[in-house]
Amino acid sequence: MKSGTMQLIQGNEACALGALEAGCNFFAGYPITPASEIMETMARELPKKDGNFIQMEDEIGSLAAVIGASWSGAKAMTATSGPGFSLMQEHVGYASMTETPCVIVDSQRGGPSTGLPTLASQGDVMQAKWGTHGDHPVIVLTASSVQTTYEMSIEAFNMSEKFRVPVILLLDAVISHMRENISFPKIEVIDRKRPEKPDDFQPFLDETFLAFGEGSRKLVTGLGHDERGYPETTNGTPAEERLKKSFERIEQNLDTITKYKSYYLDDANFLIISYGITSRAAKAAVDKLRASGLSIGMIDLQTLWPFPEKLINELAQNVEGILVPEMNLGQIVMPVRMAVGGLASIQPLNRADGRLFKPKEIIEGIQKMQHQNGQSNFKKLSTSN
Amino acid sequence: MPRRGKNLEKYLRQDIMPSPWCPGCGHGNILHGLLESFRRLELDLDKVVVIGGIGCSGRTPFFTNTNSMHTTHGRALAFSTGVKMANPELTVVSVMGDGDSVGIGGNHFIHACRRNINLNAIIFNNSIYGMTGGQTAPTTPTGKKSTTSYSGSIEAPFDIVELSMAAGATFVARTTTFDFQEIPNLITRAIEHPGFSVVEVLSQCPTYYGRINKLGDPTQMLDYEKDLTFTSEPISREEMLGEMPVGVFREEIKPEYTEQYNQVYSNKEEIHAS
Repeated sequence: MKSGTMQLIQGNEACALGALEAGCNFFAGYPITPASEIMETMARELPKKDGNFIQMEDEIGSLAAVIGASWSGAKAMTATSGPGFSLMQEHVGYASMTETPCVIVDSQRGGPSTGLPTLASQGDVMQAKWGTHGDHPVIVLTASSVQTTYEMSIEAFNMSEKFRVPVILLLDAVISHMRENISFPKIEVIDRKRPEKPDDFQPFLDETFLAFGEGSRKLVTGLGHDERGYPETTNGTPAEERLKKSFERIEQNLDTITKYKSYYLDDANFLIISYGITSRAAKAAVDKLRASGLSIGMIDLQTLWPFPEKLINELAQNVEGILVPEMNLGQIVMPVRMAVGGLASIQPLNRADGRLFKPKEIIEGIQKMQHQNGQSNFKKLSTSN
Repeated sequence: MPRRGKNLEKYLRQDIMPSPWCPGCGHGNILHGLLESFRRLELDLDKVVVIGGIGCSGRTPFFTNTNSMHTTHGRALAFSTGVKMANPELTVVSVMGDGDSVGIGGNHFIHACRRNINLNAIIFNNSIYGMTGGQTAPTTPTGKKSTTSYSGSIEAPFDIVELSMAAGATFVARTTTFDFQEIPNLITRAIEHPGFSVVEVLSQCPTYYGRINKLGDPTQMLDYEKDLTFTSEPISREEMLGEMPVGVFREEIKPEYTEQYNQVYSNKEEIHAS
């Protein structure tokens, strides 16, 4: 896509186009609603760019193929929804343990199990962080529009390549399937760093990477290992060291990893913390409340994990109440509570029926919080429309 | 007489030895056969990737002085598919156990056979789950005992050769660790074969399968393997003393997956029009 042009496209297409812009040249996947169009777009577009596409036998195999391709030097991704994401957890762990750059898109639908295949959800937020066993570094991004889906898809690859970590991009059934007019801004593309001295390359020393076939014969294992990749399973210290280093790589770059959009924060008494499709209704609610005189602001989180604890803590210092609307029964509100640490009252607003929040419902949520906070001096806001 | 394997030292990742394999285990013979195949084919080890699953056999990639990937249980072929597709110039050897390949990895196995992608599945079949303590495998013969079937397995085992043939593998062979000189012959042919190859090697597990089923010491277990099998070369019914044929059962050339992919999508103008 030429930057500067505008096009009416679907969220899933935007996700695929962003990946291609980021240099993705390998896709493996398995059909699932509501993510299938990402795979269909990749099946159509990748061969044109000498990329590889393969439809695997299941989601377990899909992520395995993606990791294998990444070790062959490809920029690789897969896309799925909740049931497939559950199957992929085995290899999210393998990708973390082996510090393999790869991108996993999860277009969330109502769960658990087969759940509500065509209805949207934000129920996989905790799974994205904690789904696989053991401590593991992972970056989780999300998007609230077709435009940001395109941009986050590029960011997902960039962060994955830069930090040698699996990056999960959380969409949902509505973002995936809605169409919006988007532009294609030029975003710098980052590729994995090559070692300065390839002959002395140690595959698990730092973020530098050499692919299979590039000269240095590597050993890659999901067992605890040292910087050479040699397994060390009777002494857990090398495994712990590797893990801590991976976490450090992310923690030292929180500023560039933490992405968000904020509105009216300067003088806000009340704050809405939202993410994904819910931010659309939240933004409409905030505009309306502002028009009626309430000092309210909002933050639309684009990076969910690592959770932007410091940012939320700083914001909480200047507000009375925080509303956390999400399309689940209370997930991101948990790290919000920890970050806020009692500095402001927190009101969760939840639904898991597959429907989107209406701005009206978010306004009512704010009013309820105002009432609880004894803020009855604000004029009654219209909740019609 | 030089020690067997002396000429294979450069193919062995020696600084990672010893192996976790028990004394008398047959897996070392299969590793020897694999390294001997690399020697015969004069492969550039930088361009070879050995990919294993989980279990005793899954440790094999540690000991091959190649690019090595020790993956997850049953998924070696799915990882291998990604490695091969993203760089078809690499020679990929997937080493798996019996439970690994046709138990937990059964789905990946049949689909890799069906795709006819140029991978080489070397299956170390010891009829039991060794690393976890001798439990029943999908290859444990009916009536044989394990730590999860003390009265003998009541299930029918998979015949890996028949399974591979039915699923569409284009090179299918079986041998045993008793016929250890045959192992490199078959692996060499498998690597040379331009399609999906399966080489099943019956291997002895004296620690569990042999001990639980009272098959004696490792050498007696090799005799058991000999008695269990018969050659698939032209042979009369009367000569079929054993139950399992060994040899090459299929070797046919069919379109290979990565080649087909590149061929089908080489006409960019046509794709753009679609």
